[in-house]
Amino acid sequence: MKKNNSKAGGSSMQTLKKVMSVIGHYRILLILSIVLAGLSVVLQLYIPVVFGNAIDGIIAAGKVDFELVSTHLFKALILAASAAAAIWVMNMINNRLAYNTVRDIRSRAIRNIQALPLSYLDAHSSGDIVQRVIADTDQLSDGLLLGFTQLFSGVITIFVTIGFMFSRSVWITLTVIVLTPVSFLVARFIASRTFKMFQKQTQIRGKQTALINEMVGNEKIVKAFGYESRASERFHVLNEDLRKSSEMAVFFSSITNPSTRAVNNVIYALVALLGAWFIMAGNLTVGGLSALLAYANQYMKPFNDISSVVTELQNAMACAARVFELIEQEPETPEADRVMERADGKVDIQNVYFSYDKSKKLIEDFSLHAEPGMRIAIVGPTGSGKTTLINLLMRFYDTDSGTISIDDERIDEVTRHSLRSNFGMVLQETWLKNATVRENIAIGKPDATDEEIIAAAKEAHSWEFIRRMPDRLDTIVTDDSMSQGQKQLLCITRVMLCLPPMLILDEATSSIDTRTEIQIQNAFDKLMKGRTSFIVAHRLSTIRNADVILVLKDGKVIEQGNHEELLKKNGFYSELYNSQWKNSAA
Amino acid sequence: MRKLLPFLKNYKMQSILAPFFKMLEAMMDLLVPLVVAAIIDRGIAEGDRPFILGRFAFLLLLAALGLAFSISAQWMAARASVGVASDVRRALFDHIQRFSYTDLDKVGTDTLITRMTSDVNQVQNGINMALRLLLRSPFIVFGSMIMAFTIDVRCALIFVVAIPVLGVIVFGIMVVSIPLFKKTQEALDRLLGITRENLTGVRVIRAFCKEKEEIDEFDRQNQALTKLNEFVGRLSALMNPLTYVLINIATIFLIRQGALRVNMGAIRQGDVVALYNYMAQMIVELIKLASLIITINKGLACADRVSVVLDEKPGMEFPGSTVGEKRKSTGTVPAVRFDHVSFGYANAGADAVDDIDFTVQKGQTIGIIGGTGSGKSTVVNLIPRFYDATEGKVLVDGIDVKDYPEGSLIQKIGIVPQKAVLFEGTIRDNLKWGNEDASDEELMEAVELAQAKEVVEGKRGGLSAMIEQNGRNFSGGQRQRLTIARALVKKPEILILDDSASALDMATDQRLRTAIRGLSFNPTVFIVSQRASGIRDADMILVLDDGHIAGSGTHEQLMKDCETYREIYYSQFPEERKEAAL
Repeated sequence: MKKNNSKAGGSSMQTLKKVMSVIGHYRILLILSIVLAGLSVVLQLYIPVVFGNAIDGIIAAGKVDFELVSTHLFKALILAASAAAAIWVMNMINNRLAYNTVRDIRSRAIRNIQALPLSYLDAHSSGDIVQRVIADTDQLSDGLLLGFTQLFSGVITIFVTIGFMFSRSVWITLTVIVLTPVSFLVARFIASRTFKMFQKQTQIRGKQTALINEMVGNEKIVKAFGYESRASERFHVLNEDLRKSSEMAVFFSSITNPSTRAVNNVIYALVALLGAWFIMAGNLTVGGLSALLAYANQYMKPFNDISSVVTELQNAMACAARVFELIEQEPETPEADRVMERADGKVDIQNVYFSYDKSKKLIEDFSLHAEPGMRIAIVGPTGSGKTTLINLLMRFYDTDSGTISIDDERIDEVTRHSLRSNFGMVLQETWLKNATVRENIAIGKPDATDEEIIAAAKEAHSWEFIRRMPDRLDTIVTDDSMSQGQKQLLCITRVMLCLPPMLILDEATSSIDTRTEIQIQNAFDKLMKGRTSFIVAHRLSTIRNADVILVLKDGKVIEQGNHEELLKKNGFYSELYNSQWKNSAA
Repeated sequence: MRKLLPFLKNYKMQSILAPFFKMLEAMMDLLVPLVVAAIIDRGIAEGDRPFILGRFAFLLLLAALGLAFSISAQWMAARASVGVASDVRRALFDHIQRFSYTDLDKVGTDTLITRMTSDVNQVQNGINMALRLLLRSPFIVFGSMIMAFTIDVRCALIFVVAIPVLGVIVFGIMVVSIPLFKKTQEALDRLLGITRENLTGVRVIRAFCKEKEEIDEFDRQNQALTKLNEFVGRLSALMNPLTYVLINIATIFLIRQGALRVNMGAIRQGDVVALYNYMAQMIVELIKLASLIITINKGLACADRVSVVLDEKPGMEFPGSTVGEKRKSTGTVPAVRFDHVSFGYANAGADAVDDIDFTVQKGQTIGIIGGTGSGKSTVVNLIPRFYDATEGKVLVDGIDVKDYPEGSLIQKIGIVPQKAVLFEGTIRDNLKWGNEDASDEELMEAVELAQAKEVVEGKRGGLSAMIEQNGRNFSGGQRQRLTIARALVKKPEILILDDSASALDMATDQRLRTAIRGLSFNPTVFIVSQRASGIRDADMILVLDDGHIAGSGTHEQLMKDCETYREIYYSQFPEERKEAAL
């Protein structure tokens, strides 16, 4: 996995501190886990010594010291039982620690996501943020918490093993310590060879995946052009390449284990040989040899564990840094605590300046006054700032300077919720929850009855297709169960249901065919009566009836007035309007 | 899984030899404790140094042989597992090429892509591990027991009791936790879904002040996942301590029994050490086996999913090549005829189109207009037999589309799909989809007709200019024109434009339509459009409303007789409504 760890490098101590602060009241558990890890390692390593001692009591026929054997075996039983208990409790603690930390971090993350300014969310892909909340958090808990205890017990294992071995035989232990690096060298040698093969495999696999995505992803077009056999040919060539490189990569990566095991076996044989010599010289017992052989067998394991844990830890640090970057992101400016009542819909925008990127000017010195019930249409080319205006009205973004007031109340002096509940919004980009049709429509009015919902759906012309869905209002909405136009109709239904005092329609009918659009338009007309409405549209026919049309260009209002006035002006609007008319009549 | 077994047959030798070599390696491992026992009992006890040196050399030999055997095994396993995966991928790809549109709708292309990539990789992993370890571990476990029997039957009986008890614990815990792992994965997926929803829908959520509800919902799922994780964790937390304590109890019995037997003179001290070693070896392998089974289980689940795709029989049947031999269409035979055709998509409630009946003569231009979801695309998709009519017949050149041999109908038809998809490669590569043998002149001719000359000439390298993945270095309008050119390169008898001028400005659209009208190969043309302007000059216009034909005829006729058409038309040309009303 590639992770962005450029930031994690320098500040990993800081990150670790932050992780510790999250663990907070689980700190006692963490300490307990470490203590138990140490305890269980010592106990587990001591047991071979005890068995060795017992074996020393079994010398030959008629020369068995049963009392000695029994004492040691009883000791072993106690030790094994205590070790098992320690492992068990440690496992439970680790579980609790890991899962609860993850839960806490995720719950902090989601809270911050809902409090973050949209500028942050707009600037980061949702995939990236999901990755942080889900995968990175998992990695953090696995790597950081469990890795930490593993690292700890690995280090203890090595020292205790060496200690026990020394207590049996100094020379044999030294031999083992000297020979150990050979096994590392072998592993390193193979790993460096394997890396190149894996790179090549990854590269070819990437190409193949791209081809699969293209061809299978567009299989209908492949079929429409009878391209099937040509696609297969291209695939087969890549598939053969992949087979060759995979074979090598899989093979070479799988010889690491046998090779280090072989080195280990040689060490084992040496221990047996030296042990035999020492026993004959009277410096070692048979039980001692049996313990040494048992250690020699497991001696490599903690080394391998530690090296894999270290990479895991680095990875986890990088993930932790990414998670904290999200959690610690500055939330939106704090709220005023005044609540805006249901507004009449008088809107005043005064000398507003705003831009997303402070180096590029967008909206400059923008002013507008709208009486309750007025219909304001906003037209202009792409990038002229139409949607930005809506972002400001809803306070998704705050103005750089200047004020926006509704019913003479500045919108930054009331709570965001009370402001937003005064608006009904339909956007070009339709968003539906993965829930039932009913839940999706009733999002603004959760206590609506089915009758109300159906009435709203009829009004918005969505009932025709809802009626035909398998479970009607109870049908679960999935991404591809509806056409774009149908999704947009559902979003309109939402607003039809909750009837807020002001409306924002941002390209609300862009995916709906013209005939249905006209029918909805009638419903909209009814809805807009007495409601201050802001309408953004490409199709000029939909805005002809507006009281005020704002023509935006490069963030500035270049023309303002109603349809007839603007046409008479013979300016940008009339050009825009006439070009469309001319074209569609062609 | 059964479906995938034949793939292993191509690697029969490797599949047999890999585990066989692994067993040989295991055998080397099993001999080691015996050698050590001999060193203790004979070498040390009798002070026989040459004997000890000899045994030491034997241990080295065992290590070398073990290495050789195991490397051979790894090579065989790599060949077999990679080979099977490659063959399966190839079979999948070829199989998918035979899928009909209905099959594709049913399975979903995203699913197919996952099956071909990550699932096949998991299968490869599973096979590789299975070949290497599935036999080795049980072999060591039972081998240890057998070796114990060769040393001393009384002591070996402890193995006979210990193995099943350990087995029950290890596999019992696994059997219980595997379905739970699946459940936790599902819970995690749900949490991921909610997170994504919170991000993509942030404007709507905030507009409707639903932040709190969304957080509550997240917390609920988060807690559910945590509970599930902890529950599964508690189960697997038992595995290590339980096996550990059991194996030690077994060892205690073993040494105790060994002491008695040594005292009786039945065995010697070295034998006790050997027995002790076998017991230790066994537990390591049992644990390995447990984790191996999880990998294999994953591989099996993926293999099942892959099998499902391979089992999916291509839903369309084609007659042998002799039936429906090419008959040149003459003036008397209509180019396309719909004979009371109805069609419903699989799993959809109502029919998408119902009782569609019309006849088109060769060289005519047909416009199809209607609202969203009125069935326009469905009608044109029935002509190249992307779908089979559920009722009625579609005839092309007087022959039922079902009587054309596979691949021969599509040769007559050029399609410009709604979604303008281009593929990675040069512009030339893309255009040649229409006709592989087309010369550059022919390609440019088609490009010009599609009003795409400026697109091609505007890119460095002209026809050799590279198109990036999904054509992302071209604008929507540019892509659309190139897809039209691609269809024209084919010089089809029937040309279908499925709402494929939507991203073009009106003037280009107009020029395009004129160019299509003047095509030298005089195809029968179907134009699907939402714009009345796009089809008003057609020889015949079909007006679709909710899957039915609401009217057909020329623009003038329809303006007179068809209410639906008038409504559509006036919705786009409101000024004319006023004039008409006057």
